[in-house]
Amino acid sequence: MKLTKETFASYQETLRNAGRRTTVLVGMGTCGIAAGAEAVYKRFEKEIAAKGLDAELKPTGCLGLCYSEPTVEIKTPDGKSTVYGKVDAAFAERIVSEHLETGNALTVNIYETPAADLFDDNGKPLKQQRIVLRNCGVINPEKIDEYIARDGYAALENALFDMTPDQVVQKIIDSGLRGRGGAGFPTGRKWQFTKNTPSDQKYIVCNADEGDPGAYMDRSVLEGDPHSVLEAMTIAGHTVGASKGFIYIRAEYPLAIDRLNTAMKQAREYGLLGENILGSDFSFGIEIRLGAGAFVCGEETALLASIEGKRGMPAPRPPFPAVKGLWGKPTVINNVETWANIPMIILKGSEWFSSIGTENSSGTKVFALTGKINNSGLIEVPMGTTLRNIIYDIGGGIANGRKFKAAQTGGPSGGCITPEFLDTPIDYESLQTIGSMMGSGGMIIMDEDDCMIDVTKFYLEFTVDESCGKCAPCRIGGRTCYNILDRISKGKGEPEDLRKLKDIGHAMRKASLCGLGQTAPNPFMSTMKYFEEEYRAHIVDKKCPAGKCKDLLTYSIDAEKCVGCTACARKCPVSCISGEVKKLHVIDQSQCIKCGQCFTVCKFDAVKKG
Amino acid sequence: MSEKKLPDELINFINEWKTKPGNLIMVLHRVQEHFGYIPREAAFEVAHHLDIPVAKIYGVMTFYHLFKLTKPGRNQIAVCMGTACYLKGGEDLILELERQLGVGLNTVTPDGEFSVEAVRCIGCCGLAPVMTVNGEVFGNLQVNRLSGILKKYKG
Ligand SMILES: Cc1cc2nc3c(=O)[nH]c(=O)nc-3n(C[C@H](O)[C@H](O)[C@H](O)COP(=O)(O)O)c2cc1C
Ligand code: FES
Repeated sequence: MKLTKETFASYQETLRNAGRRTTVLVGMGTCGIAAGAEAVYKRFEKEIAAKGLDAELKPTGCLGLCYSEPTVEIKTPDGKSTVYGKVDAAFAERIVSEHLETGNALTVNIYETPAADLFDDNGKPLKQQRIVLRNCGVINPEKIDEYIARDGYAALENALFDMTPDQVVQKIIDSGLRGRGGAGFPTGRKWQFTKNTPSDQKYIVCNADEGDPGAYMDRSVLEGDPHSVLEAMTIAGHTVGASKGFIYIRAEYPLAIDRLNTAMKQAREYGLLGENILGSDFSFGIEIRLGAGAFVCGEETALLASIEGKRGMPAPRPPFPAVKGLWGKPTVINNVETWANIPMIILKGSEWFSSIGTENSSGTKVFALTGKINNSGLIEVPMGTTLRNIIYDIGGGIANGRKFKAAQTGGPSGGCITPEFLDTPIDYESLQTIGSMMGSGGMIIMDEDDCMIDVTKFYLEFTVDESCGKCAPCRIGGRTCYNILDRISKGKGEPEDLRKLKDIGHAMRKASLCGLGQTAPNPFMSTMKYFEEEYRAHIVDKKCPAGKCKDLLTYSIDAEKCVGCTACARKCPVSCISGEVKKLHVIDQSQCIKCGQCFTVCKFDAVKKG
Repeated sequence: MSEKKLPDELINFINEWKTKPGNLIMVLHRVQEHFGYIPREAAFEVAHHLDIPVAKIYGVMTFYHLFKLTKPGRNQIAVCMGTACYLKGGEDLILELERQLGVGLNTVTPDGEFSVEAVRCIGCCGLAPVMTVNGEVFGNLQVNRLSGILKKYKG
């Protein structure tokens, strides 16, 4: 069935008015499935059928509560909603026989803050605000009707028939939307460049390479709401005069790729993609291109080279892709999250959007909150929210009662936010001022057991590994700095090293060809600034205060506390602990591999780490 | 050589993509999906069908981490070394796997059963540390669960 300008609105109305039933939503993003959501879904299916209940069972995208997967939400026609976490098949059966049959929610495994609970009675956002994730965890991403029922493709209809391309561009400019892929370039301006560059062919590209190790915002959007990205790209195509789009997605995201393919097929069947969209004379096609595990391909010029089937080497800018991009043609390239904002801006207006967030960073930001945090998951907050809100109100605080040490944003290109900045409103500029960056949305929380030198070395190893090798500052500078950090972590650092790191870091920032090399020094520049003491402890005292750097650790047994239970000696994988029953045990330091198993196994607190 | 010959379905796939610009990476993905890696002979055949130099194919294959030039184990283990998993002990998982299997990263065990690689974030950071075996995800892992998992897959 092809929809047209004439039939679209009434079709949408019919979908909206469909009767409300009790709905069982099972979060089936990659992480939900990994935690066992499929078995849970099957059990619901079986039990609901066996009992002949009038309830709709529906797979949906990530509900954002990754710490409680598999997650299930029950919505009743009266608008009530209950979220259950850590649901297994047996518990699913209980939900059916107790909650669904009697109407009374269970009192166990309840998780707070379901997506629908994020606004107070006056519609004011409480903690989170969902624009990008508006449909994630709400609709079945494999059914286009559910997207359409929630205003899906209405923005496209608006843009095609009720607005001129210039009006669309102006609306995006006025909204203040900035790129969510990391750099924060104003999206409307980018579109304007491409629109105003005459060319026989132009392209629209979606950057779904999501290379930051420790981030999965884009994956969740594509798995939970693929149509929002397709719709936005089509709007951009019409606006700038492009008939072809590409989605460049990591091959590591098979589920997202599947759901995109399904969504594209359905959109074509409905006449919302392909020839003569909604009966107009505008045609637009989208193709998927797979990445192949190269971080640098997230950089836009490298990404375009990769779509062209080449090695993903970045090229110097200018010319910018907006003017000279894919196969030399003007190309709009935006990040998944940026795209997902577009339909809402068209529908609700630029004033609405720019009223959210801070003056120079409007809208919301999605973060993948992970690491040493109680409630790790996917969150969306207005720009300007403080880190304290994120960690303590939404994230439930630091895991295991440990102390907060730093939050890392921006991944291998970013830096740390330390406790003194817990109350800084988070936006593009403020993060840059304190030496970190917004990045694409990975937010990794670290506690006192994490060593900043170790983490910095981890990031640098990543960038060294991912450097394409085209320019020397990045290739050689990165390796040299890695070697220095490696020495420091092994107790072989010298006071001179800090200055060396700074010098090389400055050179890399100035002289590297692309963002990868220019930002590679950020992790050490930032940690050297805020954790200089920790660097000195490694270099001067040859100690790792967090007890992480193995070469600087010794385990010893406290003669006062050891009762001679032999537990440590039996556990030691290299048999380097000696001692008789009920007598003091001793670790042979020359054989010890510092695995820490004796430390973990001792019940008497007799093994000392230091 | 004969065993590595591209089957008809692959040749059809290549023909379908032949005229599309920028097809090489998509074709290599398909070849790897079929063989589990990209055999040398297959690369030569792809070069022939797409009419591009083998050197170009080799250049692309070696640039991207995902393309394998040697045959992996019958069971492919991938341990996540993304940031969240690293902080929660991903490295310990690798050390223990190496110890139990007796081979290092990216090396196939002598019986051909397993190979282990370190990968970047697979998007399940909420379940860190994470590893996959033939695509099946195991989350919230601890070292002591590894031998059970290995047993499950050993042929
Ligand atoms: C090394 C490097 C890696 C990048 N990786 C990504 C990525 O994974 N995803 C992304 O959307 N942008 C990434 N970017 C940013 C892109 O170059 C580009 O700015 C972005 O796609 C533009 O879209 P936006 O304006 O919507 O953010 C990366 C940049 C650099 C320098
Ligand atoms: S860091 Fe391991 S899944 Fe993300």
